[in-house]
Amino acid sequence: MWIAVLAGAAGCYALKFVGSIIPSHILEQPTVKKIVLLLPISLLSALVAVQTFASSQALVVDARVPALAAATVALRFKAPFILVVLISAVTAAALRYFELAI
Amino acid sequence: MNADESQWHLVRRQIVANATSIGFAVAMYGVSFGALGTTTGLTIPQTMALSLLMFTGASQFTLVSTLASGGTALTAVVASWLMGTRNAAYSMRMTPILKTSGAGRLVAVQLTIDESTAMGLAQDEEVFEGRASRLAFWATGLSVYLLWNLATFMGAVSVSAIGDPKSFGLDAAIAAGLFALVWPQIKSRTDLSVAFGGALIALVFTPLVSPGVPVLAAAMVAIIVGWATSRRIT
Repeated sequence: MWIAVLAGAAGCYALKFVGSIIPSHILEQPTVKKIVLLLPISLLSALVAVQTFASSQALVVDARVPALAAATVALRFKAPFILVVLISAVTAAALRYFELAI
Repeated sequence: MNADESQWHLVRRQIVANATSIGFAVAMYGVSFGALGTTTGLTIPQTMALSLLMFTGASQFTLVSTLASGGTALTAVVASWLMGTRNAAYSMRMTPILKTSGAGRLVAVQLTIDESTAMGLAQDEEVFEGRASRLAFWATGLSVYLLWNLATFMGAVSVSAIGDPKSFGLDAAIAAGLFALVWPQIKSRTDLSVAFGGALIALVFTPLVSPGVPVLAAAMVAIIVGWATSRRIT
């Protein structure tokens, strides 16, 4: 099992490292530059969607959805980061506590 | 444009406070990870090695849960790599902002994860000559590293020390936290369509492929839109 742990860790570090050694002249190309700018936006948005709607491989609507809606309202009102996160956590926790959502 | 020092102090305090709170939210999952690791049959040192060396939560959970559901060690390792692919995109984006070299670069690479990248990019790169972006990356990376490992240890030694993180709404908190971090990065209609496109693709792929791949599939949106829009300009 140590082999799996170390091989997994080494591969994950290598992936992080590869991104950092790409020569800057390649990153300066307009197309590459634009793609690299957009990549975190698409990946993080995908992560938000999955984190909100996915339960393993199933798509579900549970307490996380109203929680994200509450967070969106908070963001529209320019609430500070910590408040946005707290509002979301409290919404989900309360809905679950009162058994209004799973 | 060089904003004055007192303003920088305020920004710095804000960034450190946010970084710390992200660290604590993520740490709750660290406890679950530690508990899951040891219940799956990994030893405490093996579970700790994953948090210390792999340090990318999604890959760690994937490796351990693949093993727990009866997958082979090889499948588990490959799945963890697949999950870690997005970090390559993150370090591509962060390296020119961080301006590190040598040992600093090697440490920065290890700290390149969803949270640190998102916090780094959520700051205005132009303000304070990029100092805010760099501080946000390092503060978040270090706070998450420290608390994630501490939490893994706590979970590993005292299985099920806390209740289900869901009952505290922590799953929703993480989604909202990431959302709050992408929000300021969306500055144009192109950005907005990439955000929606990425989210949609990930959801379409979720029932079809193993966890981790849907998020990766969202990269297609950035590649296609990035390629199309830069062609239109030139």
